[in-house]
Amino acid sequence: MQRFYEVMFIVRPDVADEDADKLIANLEQTVTTGGGAIRSTEKLGRRKLAYQVRKFNEGNYVLLTIDADGALIAELERRLRVSEPVIKFITVRMDEEEKRLAKVRAIRATRKKLSAMPPEPAPAAAPAEAAPAATETATQASA
Amino acid sequence: MAEEGTTTTARPEGGPGRPSGPGGRPPGPGGPGGGRKFFRRKKVCKFCTEKIDAISYRDVRLLQGFVAERGKIVPRRLTGVCTTHQRRLSKAIKQARNIALLPFAARF
Repeated sequence: MQRFYEVMFIVRPDVADEDADKLIANLEQTVTTGGGAIRSTEKLGRRKLAYQVRKFNEGNYVLLTIDADGALIAELERRLRVSEPVIKFITVRMDEEEKRLAKVRAIRATRKKLSAMPPEPAPAAAPAEAAPAATETATQASA
Repeated sequence: MAEEGTTTTARPEGGPGRPSGPGGRPPGPGGPGGGRKFFRRKKVCKFCTEKIDAISYRDVRLLQGFVAERGKIVPRRLTGVCTTHQRRLSKAIKQARNIALLPFAARF
C-alpha cells in the first residue's frame, strides 16, 4: 500500500554542488530500488536557517515527494540520519491530507455544478484520477 | 457518621444559577485584555473566507503572519482564526520550526 510522503532535508552549505547532487541521486536510488516511486525532487536552494544547526547558519533545502511504504521510509530516514552532509530532515505523510483536499475540491465542484454554472476543472495539484471519479460519484449520489 | 446520605437533594455542582465560564466574560472572539469594551469587531477566520485548504509548513510567509515577534504562536482570540484552522496552523508552525524555517524562540 503506497503512501504519499514529503521528505524535506537540509544539506550543509559547505559541500560542493555535485556532492549534494550525488547524495540526492543516491537517495532517489534507494527509493526506487526499495519499490517506491519518486514524484518530484525540488531544490529550494540556499536559505538562511531560523536558528543555528550544527554551527551552520545557512543550508541547502531539498524537497522529495515520494510514494513509498513504511519500511522504505524507515530505511530512507536511517540513511538521512547517518549521512554526514544532511543536518536536518523531516518526513510528513501527505496521503490523508491529499484525500481530504480532493474531497473538498470535489464537493466544491458539485456545488458549482448545482448552481448551473459550468464547473471549473479541478486544479492541477489534485490527482487527475481522483477528481473526476469523486465528482462522478458525488453527482450520482446527489441525483 | 450520621449525615451520610441525608442531604442528597440540592447539591449545586456547577449550578444552573451560576453563569457559565469564569465570571461573566462576554461571548465573542477577541475580548481585549483590559476589559474595556464588550465586543470588538467580529474577526473572521482568514482561511475560511479565502478558502485556503492546505496549510503547509513550507509557506513561511503565510505562517509568519500568525507568529509573534519572539516566535510564539499567536492565540486565536487575537487573530480570529477558527478552531480547525488554528489546530492545523499550529501543527504546520511546529513542523516548520523543526525544519528550521521558523525559530523556536527569537529575538533574545
